[in-house]
Amino acid sequence: MELRPILSTLRRHKITAWLLVLEIALTCAIVCNAVFMIGQRLERMDLPSGIAEHELVQIGLGHIGNSPDAIAQSQTDLAALRQIPGVQQVAVINQLPFSNGGSSNSGIRLSPEQQQDTLEASTYYGEGVLPTLGLHLLEGRDFRHDEYADFGTVIADLRNGDLKNLPSTIIVTRALAERLWPGKDALGQTLYVGKGLPFRVIGVVADLARPNNLNWGVGYSTVWPIRMTVADGSSYVIRTAPQDRDAVLKAAVAALKQLDPNRVVLVKRTYDEARHAFFANDRAMAGILVGVIVALLTVTVLGIVGLASFWVGQRRRTIGVRRALGATRGDILRYFQTENFLLASFGIVLGMALAYGINLFLMMHYELPRLPGIYFPVGALVLWAIGQLAVLGPALRAAAVPPVVATRAV
Amino acid sequence: MFGYYIDLATRSLRRNKALTALMVLAIALGIGASMTTLTVLHVLSGDPLPGRSGTLYYPQIDPRDGQGYLPGKTEPMDQVTWIDGMNLLQAKRADRQALMTGGTVAIQPDNSTLDPFYEDARYTTADFFPMFGVPFRYGHAWNAADDEAHARVAVIDGPLNDKLFGGGDSTGRTLRLSGVAFRIVGVVGDWNPNPHFYDLNRKSYGEDEGVYVPLSTSQDVGMNHDGGMDCWGNGGGGNTPAHNAPCVWLQFWVQLDSPARAAAYRQFLVSYSEQQKALGRFQRPPNVRLRNVMQWLDYNQVVPDDVRLQTGLAFGFLLVCLVNMVGLMLAKFMRRAGELGVRRALGASKKALFAQLLVESGVVGLVGGVGGLLLALAGLWLVRRQPASYAALANIDPEMLFATFVLALGASLLAGLLPAWRACQVTPALQLKSN
Repeated sequence: MELRPILSTLRRHKITAWLLVLEIALTCAIVCNAVFMIGQRLERMDLPSGIAEHELVQIGLGHIGNSPDAIAQSQTDLAALRQIPGVQQVAVINQLPFSNGGSSNSGIRLSPEQQQDTLEASTYYGEGVLPTLGLHLLEGRDFRHDEYADFGTVIADLRNGDLKNLPSTIIVTRALAERLWPGKDALGQTLYVGKGLPFRVIGVVADLARPNNLNWGVGYSTVWPIRMTVADGSSYVIRTAPQDRDAVLKAAVAALKQLDPNRVVLVKRTYDEARHAFFANDRAMAGILVGVIVALLTVTVLGIVGLASFWVGQRRRTIGVRRALGATRGDILRYFQTENFLLASFGIVLGMALAYGINLFLMMHYELPRLPGIYFPVGALVLWAIGQLAVLGPALRAAAVPPVVATRAV
Repeated sequence: MFGYYIDLATRSLRRNKALTALMVLAIALGIGASMTTLTVLHVLSGDPLPGRSGTLYYPQIDPRDGQGYLPGKTEPMDQVTWIDGMNLLQAKRADRQALMTGGTVAIQPDNSTLDPFYEDARYTTADFFPMFGVPFRYGHAWNAADDEAHARVAVIDGPLNDKLFGGGDSTGRTLRLSGVAFRIVGVVGDWNPNPHFYDLNRKSYGEDEGVYVPLSTSQDVGMNHDGGMDCWGNGGGGNTPAHNAPCVWLQFWVQLDSPARAAAYRQFLVSYSEQQKALGRFQRPPNVRLRNVMQWLDYNQVVPDDVRLQTGLAFGFLLVCLVNMVGLMLAKFMRRAGELGVRRALGASKKALFAQLLVESGVVGLVGGVGGLLLALAGLWLVRRQPASYAALANIDPEMLFATFVLALGASLLAGLLPAWRACQVTPALQLKSN
């Protein structure tokens, strides 16, 4: 195919050609970044929590008026919950991965003299966190029963400066261990919180995501030997077989209500519901981005179709003359296809540069990673294909112009 | 003349229905998307208390220990401790001041058909109501003497009043909160500042608290604290922190009626910090901030990133739609070069042609604007169905309605400029000859 006649025609429609190139470039830049952002959202929604997600239900309770002895009540509640058929494990846990609302976190240091915290780790409290949440212990051991201290006692001891009865062991995630002691065995290492309070690592679990503030490091979590009660704002977490969840949830709420009717159920859900709610915004954003991409491509395709139709209409005579001089239908078809390919190529080159620029801007302002290189060739192929599809209709109409047109006045 | 141009424009647009529909649709989509996101952005970044927010300030001080302090870089804490809050409150250096925090209280309705339920509550000192200009449907706020006396009084908001008392005047009635009897002294009227500026720890947007009780009383009764808490040293949290714990969990707001008063108050915060340092309570050099409402919202970046991204995306989309329209308009106008040549030859000036072509693109813009407005209404309906906390606020107001039309008309006139100018450059003689 001879390119020169196409180029010289385009040069006579400089502004229109440039506008089409600009439109393709803008579309290319926005779509590349939008697809990338959708990928980021999907990746986020797919993050592993490290817990037995489909086997857990959660019940949060509030007490009306001054609650009686919270510790004794928790023990009674736990005993009653364990009696419910289908219940495998029960624990009082302060928080769950990927859930909205407050979260418990602590600054971690590697030595008591260190000035700045190395990182902010989420802190999971509760007796039996590992078996109830179904965490996978990689090395070391779970806490022994006698290692646990009551949350109220710990707070009181800290307030009074009485530090000798505080717990001194901790379980960390693999991600945290690798961050704090890269290349070393985490077991037996000591980390420091608060005013140099030491905690020795006795176990490493595979994964345990934090509740929120995911930008502080999704997997940087710790489990502490601290016993909670519902009065501390913790909730009952029950592990059961996936098909028993609804029945167990109903039976558990009934049992708790029966033990003390003076309580209000604040939270009652399966963990799947909690996780679904946490990522609802990401799901909505991904949906919006898909909508924008579809709308953008539609507008661009219609724009290409519209302009190409115009050009075909405008050049009917020229086409007729070319046909009369011996050009085949295929020649005319290929002419318009090549023209579109050229415009699309200019648009893509410009669009890729723009996509990169937009990505740089987003990286600066929205904590987005760099656009992977694979987006450029794939994006180019997709846009070429879309351009060819859009121009096919008008090009076929051009090819159908009979040579006899050349002999007629317009 | 204008009427004639409009007539010409509609004729020309009708001649090419598919193309006109395409242009209108593109501009409507672009305007619809931009206005939807812009309305959300406008609502979310609005002034929660217009007319008042300029004189309301949020003092910040830094009571932490020396660990981790970087001079000039470390921002002071976002809330205050009980001790500092009380000290600043009792100093009474501002025109008005209120110390507050949030929590949830259990409500046991007398009405036995309603189960007990939990409601968000605000524990605050009396100045909260006059300082924030809270309107009252029934009754009034409590006063400083009630704060002193740890009075068991409560103010409730309209929805709660509707729920419990069927919307009647409930002042003087008894309300059981967390198992303790409170006397209702006032019912708040229509008041729902968004963003929820005075306590951003709970949620930035959405419904306000249903119950207000004096801070002093909330502590007697042991009402639980719920919201942000930040401790340092060996400070441990717990649900309701001890009053001497090294934890910040209260918000302190002041009203300062003039810039001079604000400057004096900042100086007071510095000298307070110095004095506390001399006493050994503070260890850092004075590190204070005094931000007004809008500065405070800005500092906290309350507008969600997603909303700003969506707005950028929508304007990118509008830009593509406009480029698309410029291209199509240009093609269309150039194709009519013959007609324009005739008009020129018959004596129409370049200016007149230009005006006529602009009117044509203006008509497209106007129709696109109406379409865009309908799409924006549909878009906002979709936003309201989203899971975000601000969803319910996404409503179009007269201001945005007007902006939609200005944007639509402006955008399409802008898009019409280049094609109209280009089309006016035709040489009449050449056009006439070629035909």
